[in-house]
Amino acid sequence: MAASESMYIEHFSEESRPLDYYLKKMNGYTASKKAFGMSQDDIIGEMKKSNLRGRGGAGFPTGTKWGFIPKQSTKPKYLVCNADESEPGTFKDRDLMRYTPHLLIEGMVIGGFAIGAHAGYIYIRGEYTREAILLNQAIKEAYAKGYLGNNIQGSGFNFDLTVHRGAGAYICGEETGLLNSLEGKRGEPRVKPPFPAQAGAFGGPTIVNNVETLTAVPYIINRGGEWFAKLGKLEKSGGTRLFCVSGHVKKPGLVELPAGSVTLRQLIYDHCGGILNDRKLKAVIPGGSSAPVLTPDEIDVIVDIEPMMKIGTMLGSAGIMVVSEDYCVVRLIQRITKFYAHESCGQCTPCREGCKWMEDILERIEDGHGREQDLALLLDISDNINGKTLCALGDAAAGPVISFVKKFRTEFESHIRGGKCPNA
Amino acid sequence: MTKKILSQKFYDEMDQLVPRYPTRVALLLPALHVAQAETGWLPPEVMEEVASYIGIHPAQVKEVASFYTMYNLKPVGKYHLKICTNVACCLRGAEALVEHCERKLGIVCGETTRDKKFTVMEEECLGACGTAPAMMLNDDYHENLDVQKLDGLLNGLE
Repeated sequence: MAASESMYIEHFSEESRPLDYYLKKMNGYTASKKAFGMSQDDIIGEMKKSNLRGRGGAGFPTGTKWGFIPKQSTKPKYLVCNADESEPGTFKDRDLMRYTPHLLIEGMVIGGFAIGAHAGYIYIRGEYTREAILLNQAIKEAYAKGYLGNNIQGSGFNFDLTVHRGAGAYICGEETGLLNSLEGKRGEPRVKPPFPAQAGAFGGPTIVNNVETLTAVPYIINRGGEWFAKLGKLEKSGGTRLFCVSGHVKKPGLVELPAGSVTLRQLIYDHCGGILNDRKLKAVIPGGSSAPVLTPDEIDVIVDIEPMMKIGTMLGSAGIMVVSEDYCVVRLIQRITKFYAHESCGQCTPCREGCKWMEDILERIEDGHGREQDLALLLDISDNINGKTLCALGDAAAGPVISFVKKFRTEFESHIRGGKCPNA
Repeated sequence: MTKKILSQKFYDEMDQLVPRYPTRVALLLPALHVAQAETGWLPPEVMEEVASYIGIHPAQVKEVASFYTMYNLKPVGKYHLKICTNVACCLRGAEALVEHCERKLGIVCGETTRDKKFTVMEEECLGACGTAPAMMLNDDYHENLDVQKLDGLLNGLE
């Protein structure tokens, strides 16, 4: 990728954090100035043209989402940044916040202006304590220079931005769980409708966007929606994407490439150095641990939203976890399921009970105490969770179990028949 | 309420946050973070004081505090180790780190050493998968760990 097409990674260093760097090297706060001279409709139009789709996992078109805010509503409106980054395998937003905090701040100012919000919150996962401090320092710098607060850059527009720390709950990455948590409640997801655009934070119309989504906004305003759309190599996907590659690769880390320009095989072997110790590939979890698993014969897929959906998995938050031949997949799915059982908020019975049952069954299979009927039982339970809960956590727990049992059935069976884990 | 436990700094910090939120209850998570930073954990008296500051029932504070894993509902050691054992970290050897900690400190995950120096916990994904295995030591991340590095880190703690 040409350097001009890197929006993020070339700036991922300590030196790029201060306001001074942002102003001089990244055209800092020129996009918000430009936006103040545009109408709200024009900004949203530019966002729609850009084909930016949400980077948190759902992939919803950002411009369309912003357009859902009811203009005639007299209630205070809010823009909330989802910086909860808790989908296992995902680690991009942390770098965006610690290295390019002003890009996020400016993206939020523009978003706030476009939807008519005068208050914004960055809901950051509690563990990112240091990142929260760095964000607060950047926010302070922006206030001091008139890029935040009252009458921003002489525009007459007021926008206040507050960092709100979570406290360790995966479910708060779900947008309505997040909003409850912001309001000082347990992070339990809400019944929808109403959707946040109608009644979100504190009852007001609210837009919730991921960090990477909002950091794209200044680029889109400065260089145009069309420029951003053309960066992407597939019709509906604009911009670059940060791919988070971890697990058994030689060079784990973030890779930034134009959306839709790379296959999973290229990411693993060309960009991340191939499999650790030159072993064989066994499995890839392509979009955070909620994504159904892929086998080595499926990795010539383009890593983008539609191609992934077509083969029965999802791009999600682009958290790609690579597993080599010597790791036990039963152990892997047991660990994944333990996570969902732990993080289920407990509101919906199928998820609360079902995740725990699946965890128990997987644990006994891995420990060599599995029964012949356990695989059918696992599929039955996952079927009773899938689509039967208020939020997507239930589906996120069930989907991977179904995919592992279907694609690695013989490994499960050898655990059950052999009475032990063959890898142990 | 009887004697106050939380410092004036807590009240000053909270008062500054008041205009940031349209409701007072929204102060609850920040208040619990600031309170815990002072007292190390959240004993009932501290939760009562937070409740009284915000103007809600103590049960409401407990209800919320118990939902989130970062709020300590019992005392923790001076050094709070949270080792990520989620997928990416396990693929890179996190289980060996947990075993080493447990053996060296003579406790199992969830426990605190008798001298109140160390608490070890297994943690869910910390968002540091590219630099796995990772752990938190109090508020700081330690990444790209192996048993040797972890051992050196533990030996350096007073």
